[in-house]
Amino acid sequence: MLLIPCPWCGPRDEVEFSYGGAADVAYPPDPDALSDAEWGEYVFVRDNPRGPFAERWVHTAGCRRWFRAVRDTATHEFLEAP
Amino acid sequence: MTDELPRSPLAGVTFAAPFVRELPFLAMVDLRAASFPHPLPGPNRVGSVEGRDVLWLGPDEWLVVGPPGDAPAIETLLRQGIGDGHGSVVDVSANRTTLSVAGPHARDVLAKGCSIDLHPSVFAPGHCAQTLLARAQVILRQVDAEPTYHVLVRGSFAPYLAEWLADATREFG
Amino acid sequence: MRLPAGGRIDRNAPLTFSVDGVTHTGYRGDTLASAMLAHGVLAGPSIHFGRPRGIVAAGVEEPNALVQVGPEPMLPATTVELTDGLDARTLAGRGRLVAPNDGYYDKTHAHCDVLVVGGGRAGLAAAVEAGRSGARVVLADEQPELGGSLLSAPDTWEWLDTVVAELASFPETRVLTRATVFGYYDHNYLSIAQRRPGGGRLWHVRAGRVVLATGAHERPLVFAGNDRPGVMLAGAVRTYLNRYAVRPGQRAVVCTTNDSAYATALDLLESGAEVLVADVRPEPPALAGVVASAGGSVRSGTVVAGTDGTPRVASVLLRGPDGRTETVHCDLVAVSGGWNPVVHLHSQAGGTLRYDESLAAFVPDASRQACVSVGSANGELDPVHALWTVPAEDGAWDTHFVDPQRDATVADVLRATGAGMRSAEHVKRYTTIGTAHDQGKTGGVATLGVLAEALGAGTPGPTTFRPPYTPVPFALLAGRDRGALHDPARVTPIHSWHVARGAQFENVGQWRRPWYYPLPGETMTEAVLRECRAAREGVGVQDASTLGKIELVGPDAGEFLNRMYTNAFAKLPVGTARYGMMCTADGMVFDDGVVLRLARDRYLATTTTGNAAAVLDHFEEWLQTEWPDLRVYCTSVTEQWATIAVVGPLSGRVVGALGAELPPSFMSFVDTTVRGVPARIARISFSGELAYEVNVAGWHGLAVWEAVMAAGEEFGITPYGTETMHVLRAEKGYPIVGQDTDGTVTPLDLGMDWIVSKRKSFVGRRSLRRPDTARPDRKQLVGLLPVDPDALLPEGAQLVAPGTPLDPPVPMIGHVTSSYRSAALGRTFALALLRSGRDRLGQVVHAPLSDRTIEATVTEPVFYDPEGTRRDG
Repeated sequence: MLLIPCPWCGPRDEVEFSYGGAADVAYPPDPDALSDAEWGEYVFVRDNPRGPFAERWVHTAGCRRWFRAVRDTATHEFLEAP
Repeated sequence: MTDELPRSPLAGVTFAAPFVRELPFLAMVDLRAASFPHPLPGPNRVGSVEGRDVLWLGPDEWLVVGPPGDAPAIETLLRQGIGDGHGSVVDVSANRTTLSVAGPHARDVLAKGCSIDLHPSVFAPGHCAQTLLARAQVILRQVDAEPTYHVLVRGSFAPYLAEWLADATREFG
Repeated sequence: MRLPAGGRIDRNAPLTFSVDGVTHTGYRGDTLASAMLAHGVLAGPSIHFGRPRGIVAAGVEEPNALVQVGPEPMLPATTVELTDGLDARTLAGRGRLVAPNDGYYDKTHAHCDVLVVGGGRAGLAAAVEAGRSGARVVLADEQPELGGSLLSAPDTWEWLDTVVAELASFPETRVLTRATVFGYYDHNYLSIAQRRPGGGRLWHVRAGRVVLATGAHERPLVFAGNDRPGVMLAGAVRTYLNRYAVRPGQRAVVCTTNDSAYATALDLLESGAEVLVADVRPEPPALAGVVASAGGSVRSGTVVAGTDGTPRVASVLLRGPDGRTETVHCDLVAVSGGWNPVVHLHSQAGGTLRYDESLAAFVPDASRQACVSVGSANGELDPVHALWTVPAEDGAWDTHFVDPQRDATVADVLRATGAGMRSAEHVKRYTTIGTAHDQGKTGGVATLGVLAEALGAGTPGPTTFRPPYTPVPFALLAGRDRGALHDPARVTPIHSWHVARGAQFENVGQWRRPWYYPLPGETMTEAVLRECRAAREGVGVQDASTLGKIELVGPDAGEFLNRMYTNAFAKLPVGTARYGMMCTADGMVFDDGVVLRLARDRYLATTTTGNAAAVLDHFEEWLQTEWPDLRVYCTSVTEQWATIAVVGPLSGRVVGALGAELPPSFMSFVDTTVRGVPARIARISFSGELAYEVNVAGWHGLAVWEAVMAAGEEFGITPYGTETMHVLRAEKGYPIVGQDTDGTVTPLDLGMDWIVSKRKSFVGRRSLRRPDTARPDRKQLVGLLPVDPDALLPEGAQLVAPGTPLDPPVPMIGHVTSSYRSAALGRTFALALLRSGRDRLGQVVHAPLSDRTIEATVTEPVFYDPEGTRRDG
């Protein structure tokens, strides 16, 4: 049971959160301007590193805020305050 | 005036433990605003506006709680506060009901289903949290040092939570 | 035998118990094992070979003495507290859960600054130090009383009493006894199984720091016949002597690789036993003189090379430094092959291990979490002379047991290495060594030593420890989450009425929804046909309160909805409603529902019952992470409103009779009152019939429902459930998200091109022209009419083209998503997702089932009132 640092409510048990995948993948400002390959990259392709990984979580059972966190995927350590 | 009396989601439920009871029909109004003229409580705290309790729910969200029937007055108050600014005021009084769990066993009962630390050095009167109690999302607040806690739960989950509380309080009579 | 004095048992509290039907007596403070040992009772025979076995250890590491007590199987007798009337059955290594475990198990959470695991000397010292600082401390120990190995050392008991009393004086220190910390998870989250009368409690502890004072397990020596009853661990013998006042034998041979067993030898001598110490080390230690002066004898450089006796040990074969052997008569062999620090929790926590040559054991190396190992668990132990195996005189290895619980010997390890295995993990799986209930607590390191010897490797490789440390009953993990408490049953404010009316319910997510309302003697089919007929010809009523409801407020709410839904909402007039569909970024249908415009800056979006929370998260995700500039706030009001759908040609007369204002046209709504209760009434139809949705505050839901029923009585108003709702909507070809879609279906696949805006951007739009999404041969939603109008296609049935050979692999072209009997059509019908479905209209497809094949004609998915004439009554 991870202890996840909600930037608003403080550290809470993992069951209160939902996972949002990789962070820092911005919605393209003009999807229509992208090629099929570029759009496919945005929709489907994500990094899956062993080690530090910037990801999004939402505090579903708490304040319902989405936030960014950096987690070491090998140790589950949260590396920086969101 | 309405012809019909409201009916709580826990109508007909009686609690064997004397320290658990329902406080039905409290007025609750959800406030979302980036700015507000009255000071509003910060994270995990309860404040007050014009005699009503204000529970922090998120960085721009509060739940304003008053006595039964007070929702229209609260709505007016909050809309006046928002004025021309961007905000949202939604009556959610019937969305949830309130359970009071009080006394020397309250902490032990809640600990059976709540993973946040309720030790008085961590969670004290005037504190609130949105969290899980057993398998239901709740708003939990500590009212006094007795300690008395209020558990605000969605109507659809209330019968489940009442049953869970009845079970969790069994060892305390 | 029981010694006349001593021990920590309460001789004033004699207890009667039975093993395998034979009655014995013991004392409060005994374990079942100590009481069995006092009467010379053996353990059950071994699992495969049926060899006689005895009690070996005094704690959780016991490899032999498994018993069944009540419904619970596989309990080591060494961990069962003796109680009056206890009725145990010995097991031959394997138990069965013969009855449900109906003990009272529950769970709780605890938080502390310091969690100390283990109440022995090191753990007590750590807990007292932490407690004195005022920290919040939890001290958990698996035994009924604190002390750990001190309980076997009477000279420490005075200190123990002092420390336990001091701990009790700390207000912020919680001592849990009978509490086994069995799992160490991420972020200092630990699970504790606490045994309580009639059940147990599962503690979830979040600790600031953890002190692992888990002690060490002694390991046996591997020699021929080392499993014979009477061969015990030396430390356990000392525990039985001093803690339980039970002397397991009168003539003892103590065979050791280290100093620790000398304490056992001395205590045996003091109890009046004869003692011979066989010490594998060539030079006698200082303690040898003490043993000699107490009347015992010590042989250096000497090992036990075999045992004899039936069923119990009667003699051992000693082999001296010169290789000469000697038979020594005895009834007890106390062995010490050294000690393994109990590193399980350290390892579970992600800590690494290091092989310590002087201990011939693994000790904690680096910790990954905020924990520290202390005392024996950290390798503070006597050095040992590593001795993994003692060859037999005849060269055989098939009674050198390394895992007595699995009846596995050195011969099995050699068979594995002979078959080419090199890794400990492979050997474990090949031989099953270490996979029994004890998980190799005594035999594990010995097995690694044997393996290293067999492979000619220098030192054993490390192993992995996983939770649980000791077996945990499933009943404990379930706790109170059984029956009605297993999962919340969400109910609407009208639920009690449905129950009283005899509704059958179905689960939709966590909701309990009325499925259908059978009259006495009615089948489900009959009930649903009746309910459908009422809604199509008269008036029906459904509790639709479970629909998710989200209020969206702010000047940009319309623009936001435009971006979320495939169709447009920004210009929706106030007072009207529109059906909308939502996609995820991949262009697949995510949810659908009706959106009402309440005011210029205020909308109410409804969602499917099962998706309410997911849609709100989805809204918040886009608002917060992509478009924080949009001024929109979302608030869930699902339970604020009870929703009553009044459906059918006579619905207007029923709602009119309530005295409420009625919405003027299809897809409009009014805010009015019903019986003085504020109500929002909308003209929304999910059946194609004239229909009204009456929304009132949840706490008025039941009263207004009853008012609707009363008003509708003269029109024969008929309550209907989800099954009828499904039939009615399917007759109209309305898909249900999650039933007719599965995350791989686009709005275009559903034939709903009309709902996909060409003029505005929305989430998922770009995906709809990806080559794969735009393929003409995608699965598309179609209707199916079975050629036999009475044949009902099973939902989920696979579809093939006529003439397809049914030899696997059978090329499938689609599957049935919805299938019903229709009162309106007087026949069966179905919806299906079919490859190039729209090109197959009019063709016949086959649904091969196990016993027959159903043929069906492909049709448009709208079966009833395709012109939409009925929605206005």
